[in-house]
This record gives sequence, structure tokens and C-alpha cells, in this order.
Amino acid sequence: MEWEVVIGLEIHVQLATKSKIFSGSSIAFGAEPNTQASAVDLAMPGMLPVMNEEALRMAVKFGLAIDAEVSERSVFDRKNYFYPDLPKGYQISQLEYPIVKTGQVDIHLEDGTKKTIGVTRAHLEEDAGKSLHEDFHGMSGIDLNRAGTPLLEIVSEPDLRSAKEAVAYLKKIHSIVTYLGISDGDMSQGSMRCDCNVSLRPKGQEEFGTRTEIKNVNSFRFVEKAINTEIERQMYILEDGGSIEQETRLYDADKDETRSMRSKEFANDYRYFPDPDLLPIEIDQAYIEEVRQTLPELPEAKISRFCSDYGLSDTDAGILAASREQADYFEAVATKSGDAKMAANWVMGELAKYLNQNGLEISQCPVSTDALGGLIARIKDNTISGKIAKDVFDVMWTEGGEADAIIEAKGLKQVTDTGAIEAIVDEVLANNAAQVEQYRSAEEAKRGKMIGFFVGQTMKASKGKANPQQVNQILKQKLDG
Amino acid sequence: MLPESVSELLKGLESKSFSSEEITRAYLDKIKQQNDSLNCFITVTEEQALEAAKASDQRRANGTSGPLDGIPVAHKDLFCTTGTTTTCASRMLENFIPPYESTVTRKFAEAGAISLGKTNMDEFAMGSSNENSYYGPVKNPWNLEYVPGGSSGGSASAVAAGLCAAATGTDTGGSIRQPAAFCGITGLKPTYGRVSRLGMIAFASSLDQGGPMARTAEDTAILLNVMAGHDPKDSTSSTHPVEDYTASLNQDLSGTRIGLPKEYFSGNLNADTGKSLEAAIKVYESLGATVEEISLPHTELSVPAYYVIAPAEASANLSRFDGVRYGHRCDSPKDLEDLYRRSRAEGFGAEVQRRILVGTYALSAGYFDAYYRQAQKIRRLIKEDFVRAFDHIDAILCPTTPGAAFKIGSKSDDPVQMYLEDIFTVPTSLAGLPAIALPCGELDGLPVGMQLIGNYFNESKLLNLAHRFQSETDWHQRRPQI
Repeated sequence: MEWEVVIGLEIHVQLATKSKIFSGSSIAFGAEPNTQASAVDLAMPGMLPVMNEEALRMAVKFGLAIDAEVSERSVFDRKNYFYPDLPKGYQISQLEYPIVKTGQVDIHLEDGTKKTIGVTRAHLEEDAGKSLHEDFHGMSGIDLNRAGTPLLEIVSEPDLRSAKEAVAYLKKIHSIVTYLGISDGDMSQGSMRCDCNVSLRPKGQEEFGTRTEIKNVNSFRFVEKAINTEIERQMYILEDGGSIEQETRLYDADKDETRSMRSKEFANDYRYFPDPDLLPIEIDQAYIEEVRQTLPELPEAKISRFCSDYGLSDTDAGILAASREQADYFEAVATKSGDAKMAANWVMGELAKYLNQNGLEISQCPVSTDALGGLIARIKDNTISGKIAKDVFDVMWTEGGEADAIIEAKGLKQVTDTGAIEAIVDEVLANNAAQVEQYRSAEEAKRGKMIGFFVGQTMKASKGKANPQQVNQILKQKLDG
Repeated sequence: MLPESVSELLKGLESKSFSSEEITRAYLDKIKQQNDSLNCFITVTEEQALEAAKASDQRRANGTSGPLDGIPVAHKDLFCTTGTTTTCASRMLENFIPPYESTVTRKFAEAGAISLGKTNMDEFAMGSSNENSYYGPVKNPWNLEYVPGGSSGGSASAVAAGLCAAATGTDTGGSIRQPAAFCGITGLKPTYGRVSRLGMIAFASSLDQGGPMARTAEDTAILLNVMAGHDPKDSTSSTHPVEDYTASLNQDLSGTRIGLPKEYFSGNLNADTGKSLEAAIKVYESLGATVEEISLPHTELSVPAYYVIAPAEASANLSRFDGVRYGHRCDSPKDLEDLYRRSRAEGFGAEVQRRILVGTYALSAGYFDAYYRQAQKIRRLIKEDFVRAFDHIDAILCPTTPGAAFKIGSKSDDPVQMYLEDIFTVPTSLAGLPAIALPCGELDGLPVGMQLIGNYFNESKLLNLAHRFQSETDWHQRRPQI
């Protein structure tokens, strides 16, 4: 049977506020356990939550960025369950009246098409603390530094049809939240975590199949692998005539498999009800408009602009606009060099390669946009060849400095003096008399390939500095002459 | 012989008739003599009180005294006090010493008040008789075989017996007003949001409200001046401007329209209590007020709605007492489940457990709509009843309780009968309105109280009405013989 995959994602985004959502504690990552936990975070008796307005503003920004309706009135609820790293015995979240209602985002698929994915809702909530199970002699340690960290939970419609689409959507949300500056989006530190709801249905069937939820997947790669693994597992069961049990599963990256965590019968009854310690959040259109004024250019707008202003392809524009830092870097290089296409190729090519090899983000790039722009300008004005430029770039990366200074210091300036090139060519021809003879006796059609040998020899003799176009031209004249 | 009211004590301190240290010692002596039989204090902070009194006398000598400087008060033991055990009358918090101060107790301290200690109460403020305390029942000073009411029973008993000049209480469904009525003192539940809840251990967050308990309406006004005000650390506290609540105490009552809700004067009301109220109504008429019958049609739904909403909120509020970070923890738990079960089973008394179970049930999947949502609808209807009434009246006069105090043990086996004690106080709590309870009669040697309910943030009118009544009568001056 042919199956259709149906996927919906619930993405938890940690908001980049200065302090926690309901207390003044810092949310900085990596502090000593329980040093960032106040009486409120510890749920000491009589302590009360006070909403952090910055978290609200960030949620509103996100709502506006995905063209969603932002609720003028939203309500915090208590989600009740007992766990040692949940100090109050309930999590403050939003159930019935979320801050952000239905919206949508566009994703770009590999075949070059665009697909619109619905966002059901996004709501504010607080994170729990952490339970540490090692080094406590059979007991568990509790670290409440994370308790009360503001989260925005973004719930998609079941619009995704493959693991690749799910990853494209996740990346899109990642780029939106980082563009907005409302999250650092660092998945390795848990700033973005993802629950994947996966089900299969016979192709053509309208009704959804039974879904499973894979909890807390924390990288783009794992999302793709976890979903594909789960699709395979479900397909195997269904093909065998079995049925899927609605349950929560965990993805084990080491074994590349998903495992049952708890089934529906053991699902918690969270007994949600409005939190009486917090008044409903009431905002007006003026507030929403004020936030709208602070929105930066968003990925979709940037992609279209890159295509129309710089003549880039949709794919290239999409890659460059994936992060705000990369897009800004590219634009600065394009401006400085005066050649957007070359700038795009360098940022996506050589620069990306070096960043990757060194495990750096573009924000940590040792080569400034001015330096790279200056380098490209020198290729453009024929001071150096593209090949020499890569050597110059390597020097820039390791030692720093501007293109002109490096070219000067290392004597890499391209030779464009016809006389000088002619002299080298003459020498090459003299040293390779047999090949010259062969060339001259060959048919016209074969000569094109044969000339490559002489070009190579001449470039080698010039230590790569001779202008390749001129070398080609002079060789042709002399050989065909 | 020292004066008894806060207002007179302040005058005496000001005129140097006595020092704060002297009166503090006098109260501490009285506590020593009577607390064994009344059981109204859980903790007496003698040393700190004497030190604070000396500091207060110093301030008065320097001319830098605050509005309550040198006045010995007591705080209900659910207001967190830095360095002093705050138990909520529960085994769960038997050894809990908060590292922070509640806004209310901080304001008292800043006003110069001397804290004598922490008063007994129903465990986690759940009860109407003060029999639900881990520290044993509080006795009514008018008759030691009778309950003082609850949950602020320790505060009411201490004020009535003269073990402190005034006290703080909290009122969720009547916990200030009912014990004030049973002990013959004056107690005010302010408008919800008037007094900060920060550092006040929560029972039902949408209903809990701290307030003053004192000998007279005037004292209550003096205390409210200190307690009231917006607290940025309590999101539900109101920014409504604070008045000087003593300013309009003596205002003329002619033209004041008093409503008598017919639902409060039928069925449940004891006949003798009714007579005392009739006499009180006559006093008001003689002062120029007009009286008319009004209707609050949803009154009878208030107790069932209250006993869904309050336990529902409590079930979540009390989840933090899990034996993990503070409070009672059972001995050698086998696993996490065992830690939760035994710590909570051992730490909470029967009534607290009952309400947690009721509240958990009311919020459960499949029952939420039938109970919690329905109760919230009733809450809105009750509020609308009051809003309609306040369209054309200034205050409501009604009983505080169906009858006078009852005997210890007489209702403790029947929770529903006990809950019905709250019929006249919970509607106001559900609506979030201010109400004051004050004595207006006596029955078989026990005080009988009336209740005045005001419009939102109109505490001044209530205090004005109560004060004028007390200027004409002497019920508030009667003392138990102990």
C-alpha cells in the first residue's frame, strides 16, 4: 500500500529575555546549580509570579512575523503534575487562550517549490528545572536554574509530509526567531527543542492515522532521523496488519531508534485551570502596532529582495538569508566588492567551508566583510586570479590583514604585462618543442583540448600569477600563428 | 489599667503616659497567663518584641515614629516572617523559617508596630472553627468550651482576650469575619486586591485577602491605612488609590441607603440573631439612614460554588509542599512516589487532605465542566447580584453567621454542616467585595455579630457605618470574663 506521512511539530523556543518569565532571576546558561533560583523559582510558600513584559513583547513579535492574530486577551493556566524539578507542582502555561493564534510560514522545498505551513498557535510558558541522576549515590539532584525560563511553544498544523519538510519548517522557525532576536536558537543548549507528531495514512484517505509523539529532539539532523525511523517503524507495523498505539516515544540517537516512553492510558491528567495569581494579559492594538514597528526585515522578504536586487537564484537567496548574520555579512561583502554574485559564491563557498572546518558561526568569523569585499574587488579588477584569491583568503583567515597588503607582501599580484607573459610563453614553447609539433599537426577540432597543456605549463612557470585570459590569447597567437 | 484600643494606646504613647516597652511587657505577661488555656499563639517572640519596643520608644523620643509605632500586634501564622517560624498551623511547615518577609508584616514593622508572635489558625486557613490546627484547637475567651471561629481563630481570640492590641487575619470565605463575630471583635475583609498577598501562604489565590482584626472600627481603619496599597510583586493587587480610612469615620449617615438582602434573613438565620440585627437596623435608622429590602437571588448557590473553586485552587497551591525542597519529609522514602505520598499524608491534616481531594476531583478530565466551570459561572452571577444591588444602595447589612459560636466538637464530624456556617460570608468573597463584621448583640453569654458589605474599594463607607454604630452602642466594649 502507498502511505502518506503526516507530521506536526511542537517547537519550544527559549526566549532571550534578561530574566525569567515570572521572576527576576537570570537565565544565563551554564551557571552553578541552583545559583539562579530565587524564592519564586523555588516555589517558596507565599511567593507570587509577576509576568516579564519582555517575554510578552517577544511573543507578540513572533505572532506578527508569522501573520498571526495576536490575542488582545490571553490567559495563563496552571498545568498540574508532580515532578521534583517542577517546584510548584504545576507549570504556568497557556491552554485555552494563547497569546498567538493561527498563522503561517512558507518553506522552500528542494525541488524549488514553496509550501505554506499552518501554525495552529504559539503560547508562553515557563520551563521546568533539571533532574540530575549521576553522582548523587542513588539519589537525584535537582537544579532549578532553568525553572522559570521563558518558552514560546509553537504548534504547527499537521501540514508536513516528510522528514525533509519537517526540517525545512524547523529551520524556517529557527531563522524567524533568530531574525527577530527573540531567541539565540542554539539547539545544543536546548534553546530550541522539538516534539514531533508522526502518523501514516493510506494515500488518498482523508482521516488521520493514529499518531505517536517523539519528545524533545534537539538537532535538525536528529529531527530528520527520528522522524524517518518512526515512519519506518509505523510502516512496518501497518504493512503487517498491525495498528499504531497512541503514545509518547523517545528518540535514541545512539541506536537510531524510537522507544516507548508512556502510553495513552498512563498519560497525565494535567487538570488545567486559569492561574489565579496572574491576571489575564490584556494588550491593545496600539501596543501591537508599536511592536510591529520594531520588526526587522524577515527571511521571506529578504529572499525576494536578494533575488530582485542582486539577481540571485531562489536557492542561493534562501541559503544566504537563512540567518540574519549571514545575510548581513553577505550584503556587506556585496556592497564592498561591487559584485553580488561573486560575493554570494564566496560566502556560500570558501567562507562556509572555512567556518565549517573550524566549527565557527558567521558571527565569529575572523575575516571581516571589508577584507573579503576588498579581496573580491581585486579579482574583479584582475589584480589577482580566483585561484590566487583563495591563497590570499587563507592568509586573511589565519593571519588577518587586508587583501592589498597580503598581495603586495607575498608578491601575488597578477602579471598582465603582455611582454612579460610572452617571454614566459616563449620559454614554455621552446622547452616543449615536441608537443608544439604535435599540436600544429593536429586537426583544428582537437587543438582546443591540447592547448590546455600549454596553459598549465605557462601558469606553473608564472607561479600562478599570469593572467589566464592573456596566457590563452598569446598561446593561441603563437601556436596557430 | 491600660487602655485597650489601638487609638487610645497611640494617644497614651504620644503623651508619654506609658512606653511601648511597658505595654509590650503587659501583653506578654497576659499571653503567659492565658495562652495555655486559649491556645491562640503558636509562637511568641518575646525577645524580639521587647527589643522592637525599646527601639520604638527611642524613635518616639527622637520624633521619628510611624503610624503604629509601639503598638503590640499579632500576626496570623501564614504571613511569612523572616527568621520566625511560619507554620500555617500545619505539621508540613512545623519547622519552616522563611528567609523573606510578607508585604503585610513588613508594612506593620515599617509603621513601627511590635509583633508579639504568630497566631493559631485552621491548618492552611481551611476551617470555620479553628479545630483543624496541628497545634490544637483555639478556645473562645467568652466560653472556653466554644470555638472562636476560623480560620483566623487565634487572632480573634487573642484580640478579644486582650492578649494583643490588634491582629492580622486573612479571609478566603469568611475567615476574618466569622471569628470576629464569634469573639465579639471588629474584623474587616478588604476588597480583593486591596492588600498584598505576597508572603501570605496561599489557600485559594482568587479569594484570599488579608485584613485587620481589632477592638473597634476606628482601630480597623488605622490598621488598614498601614496594610492597604499596590504591591508590584503581587499581580492581583490593585492600583486603585488608597484613602485615609480614618478620615470619614464620623461622616453623617443621613441619606445613606442600606440594603437588607431578603435571602439572608430567612431560613438559615437563628431567630435571636435576627433580633439583634433588627435592633442594629433601628440604630441606623435613628442616625438618618434609610433601609430597604433587596434581593441577591443566587445566594444559596454560593456555598457549593465556593467549595468547588476554593479547593480547586488549593489543590494546586498546596502541590509545592512535596517534601522535596522544604517542609515535612517522611523518613527514608523508598522512591519518589513514596516520598510524595508519605510526606503529604503525614504533613497535612484531614481537612486539608479532604479539600485537596475535592479540588483535584473538580479539576479532573470529565468533571471540569460540571464543577469548576459551572462554579465560575455561579461566581459571575453572584457578582452581578451585588453589582445590581449597589446601583441603588450604599451598603448591605446582614448577619455574619447563622448563629453565635458553637461548642468545640459539635460540628467537626460533619464537614457539610461546617461548610454551611459560611453561607453569609462566602458570597462577598466570591464577588471580591469588602465587608466588615462587628458585634451587635449577645446570646447566652456569647457575642452576636452583624456584617456590612460595601461596594468595591468603598472600605471608607463600611468603616464610617461601623464606627457610627459603635459610637451609639457598647457591644464592642463588652469583654469576656476570664
